[in-house]
Amino acid sequence: MAVPILKQGPFLIASIQAALTDTDVLQLRDDVMSQVTRHRSRGIIVDVTALDVMDSFVSRSLRGIAMMTRLRGAETVIVGIQPEVAFAMVQLGMNFEDVQTALDLEEGLALLQTQEGPADGGS
Amino acid sequence: MADPTDAASSSDGSPETSADLLKELVTHLSANRTNLRQEWARRIGEARLLTALTPEEIFNEATSVYDNYVEVLETGSVEALQDYARNLSERIIPRGVETDEVLGIVLLLRDVLARSLFQKYQTDFDYLNQVLDAYEPAANRIANTVAINFVQERERVIRQQQEAIRELSTPVLQVRERLLILPIIGVLDGQRARQLTEQLLRGIRTNRAKVVVIDITGVPTIDSTVANHLVQTVDASRLMGASVIITGLSPEIAQTLVTLGVELGKVNAVGDLQGGIEEAERILGYQVSLGSDSIEDSQLR
Repeated sequence: MAVPILKQGPFLIASIQAALTDTDVLQLRDDVMSQVTRHRSRGIIVDVTALDVMDSFVSRSLRGIAMMTRLRGAETVIVGIQPEVAFAMVQLGMNFEDVQTALDLEEGLALLQTQEGPADGGS
Repeated sequence: MADPTDAASSSDGSPETSADLLKELVTHLSANRTNLRQEWARRIGEARLLTALTPEEIFNEATSVYDNYVEVLETGSVEALQDYARNLSERIIPRGVETDEVLGIVLLLRDVLARSLFQKYQTDFDYLNQVLDAYEPAANRIANTVAINFVQERERVIRQQQEAIRELSTPVLQVRERLLILPIIGVLDGQRARQLTEQLLRGIRTNRAKVVVIDITGVPTIDSTVANHLVQTVDASRLMGASVIITGLSPEIAQTLVTLGVELGKVNAVGDLQGGIEEAERILGYQVSLGSDSIEDSQLR
């Protein structure tokens, strides 16, 4: 199942709706990269609320997406990691150390907006 | 033809004899109730069992157990004894009676009764044998019942208390909008640490917390497993968008952690709870000022 990517102002929101196959993940990566390029987005939010398991491939790919978009000048925030998922990930040593995370979509948007803030010149 | 009849009559005969013997036993035990009961209570005192109870209490309980004992021999049903044993356990466990004491008194009673049987039937060895055949299984069953009930009751109490401790031990408190405090008191073992993590992560979700202060002032020691678990908890909270501040690391624990080489570089640690809350407020953007107008004014000018 493909992941819908929505444009919200200067940000993109990719909301994962169901468990992802490896192909879906790669598709998501390509989609995000092309959309970032097309819209010149400043930030991407990946919402994983619907995932109640996250295997190493998915988390590695999400981290990869974050690294790639950073190279295009867009910051990626992963939001909605479930408590069980969070602890399982940490136990597997997937700490997402260099990726930003937030509680939910709202928090993620707020986080990106504060980071954008200074650039907007306090409009 | 003759064989089945024989078998039938003998199989008919043996339970009857055994029942007869038990009946005789019961009569004997009822007749000597006072003596045997006293003897038993005396032996309990001698063996220094049930020291948590007064002699009168021991005598009263001994009487009840004795009567129940005889009743079991008479009816063959252990249900009443089970109830009594459970009830007795409930009463004496809080007073610090140990399993070996309960086992000890039941075995003593068995001994006292067996001795009285020996005394009575010592002239007729064959008959004594038969009496013991009838008595032993019943007595064993009674000893089993009492001991098992005692242990079960004890385990039930322990389980209940563990449950209570588990419930009480890790409160997740909200002090301000989006600021949680998790005071930990007492020894942190693996299971408690796991539970703590679960409750904390769930608390972050339900309270939409942004900062969590974990205060471990009340934790005397920490081992490497728990320390690593704590680090994992910090990481997992970060994945959920909350930053964690650990406060109240005692000098001993700090030393242990460094000696163990636990990776604490990424953990935000502050000396005490007050400092932790101040740090949290700073992160959340609160500014604390004294309420009095004059002070505020003088600071503004």
